[in-house]
Amino acid sequence: MAPEITKSPVYNIEQVRTSIHSREISAAHLAEEYFARIDAENSSVNAYLSVSRERAMEQTSRIDAMAAAGTALPALAGVPIAIKDVLVVQGSPATAGSKILEGYQPPYDATVVQRLDAAGAVLLGKLNCDEFAMGSSNENSAYGPVRNPRALDRVPGGSSGGSAAAVAAGMALATLGTDTGGSIRQPASFCGVVGVLPTYGRVSRYGLIAFASSLDRIGPITSTVRDAATILEVIAGYDPLDATSSLEPVPDYAAELEKPITGLKIGVPAEYFAEGLDPEVRAAVEGAIDKLRSEGAIVCPISLPHTRYAVPAYYVLATAEASSNLARFDGVRYGYRSPDSTTLTAMYRKSRDCGFGAEVKRRILLGTYALSAGYYDAYYKKAQQVRTLLTQDFLKAFNEVDAIVTPVAPTPAFKIGEKADDPMAMYLADIYTVTASLAGICGISVPCGVSSEGLPIGAQILGKHFDEGMVFRMGNALERLTPAG
Amino acid sequence: MTNSERVTGRDLQRVADLANLELTEEEEASMLRDLNSILDHVAHLNELDTSSVPAMAQVSEILGSNSAGRPLREDEVISSLDRATVMECAPDSDGTFFRVPKVIER
Repeated sequence: MAPEITKSPVYNIEQVRTSIHSREISAAHLAEEYFARIDAENSSVNAYLSVSRERAMEQTSRIDAMAAAGTALPALAGVPIAIKDVLVVQGSPATAGSKILEGYQPPYDATVVQRLDAAGAVLLGKLNCDEFAMGSSNENSAYGPVRNPRALDRVPGGSSGGSAAAVAAGMALATLGTDTGGSIRQPASFCGVVGVLPTYGRVSRYGLIAFASSLDRIGPITSTVRDAATILEVIAGYDPLDATSSLEPVPDYAAELEKPITGLKIGVPAEYFAEGLDPEVRAAVEGAIDKLRSEGAIVCPISLPHTRYAVPAYYVLATAEASSNLARFDGVRYGYRSPDSTTLTAMYRKSRDCGFGAEVKRRILLGTYALSAGYYDAYYKKAQQVRTLLTQDFLKAFNEVDAIVTPVAPTPAFKIGEKADDPMAMYLADIYTVTASLAGICGISVPCGVSSEGLPIGAQILGKHFDEGMVFRMGNALERLTPAG
Repeated sequence: MTNSERVTGRDLQRVADLANLELTEEEEASMLRDLNSILDHVAHLNELDTSSVPAMAQVSEILGSNSAGRPLREDEVISSLDRATVMECAPDSDGTFFRVPKVIER
């Protein structure tokens, strides 16, 4: 087996708050501990693209002053957090893993960053990702691939590979990632950490560099389900700056965690346990379902009949939206501009040609093709109709069950380069995650076992729209029943 | 959209023009291969009769919580980004305006 990064002492949010409150540790000391870990490990993992030491130390000074004064500490006081580089943070570069944004520095904070800051979190830096969040392996970053801390010759998953790897390697207590087709849940599963896909509209996307706007979501990646619940409670809620943000009140997720799962119904969809699923992944997820049953949950076989159409529908819709969103990167307003053009059109084209990587170009071309005259109804409208069918599958299932449990990915983390030349094989790795993305429902990836090679395996727990409380409750039970891998 | 329909080099060039992308010959060959492989897979959607299925652009349409049904925000004047902060982020400025390189030669 390939070498792995040794685990650092693992903190959780409650320990950090309590220790800072009692002044057993200072926020500044804790941040320095994490910066030292980043200095020691990042050259192997490549999770961080930039660190923000100055901003972190300003925040730790505020928190340590509050602790010294005996003031009540906010929810994330002193918690060292890092941010996927598709979210904007004032004073830090924002590259989205792309050369085209090289040199761009945003003048404002994303809403989620403002909320973390207000809750006392200490922002350590920005994390590597697939370019514009397009990828399932984190091999598409213009700043080099991220390596899986559990096995350095393996991918960490994508596109929030930097976010998952940073938590797994102890280089941040928690991180934010984004999930468009599985980009939080899949890397969380590959790296053996917890990743949350909140309901669409639950978390404001203001300040997120968009990939596919009807699918993009921001969520936490952490070591524990409880930490994920604490962070989601901080970042969730209505934001007037995002027209798709929901008015639905945010519940007390910590209280939800404590509730038993006895009598709750778990749906197990036959379509997710069919051909193509690695036997070790199947065994681990079935083992997780058995553990939940042993805790009093009722297991119900269900069907989500349109599952096999999710990947093609997703790749039409996501690329169509991407082709539109990425039109703004033309060398004029942000980052890289080709220096040797004498016409406006040539400047646009040369800037985009040099600035974008192959996967981004492939998706822009596919999306533009799907939206172009003569093909719109055949591709884009058809995919939107299939999206309706997939969503109806879930709504029907949630009339019968409280949550659905599935694998996150067909295999554990694959080797770096293994699927790099076959985009369709890479897209099919998203088969278990894109359905929830299209339907807008919430979900979580929780570690449930390890393969014979020692690679983490995650279970996906899906809940109906705005029922994150149920997902956390089920995830917490599974975490309690599953020894750490 | 049928399995027999293939994207041609001419189609690809037209799409690249629309997307403001310049492709090298090598890129053209690999993109053509990849697009056709992906679209072959997308053609499976034709197995479904969707003639009576409404299209869904946003999940909020199904949940009945779309912004169209929500009162719009009050039209209030609020402070925007501070000019100095924005100018600090620009690669080149005179302190009041962005300075950009000339592109078009007369």
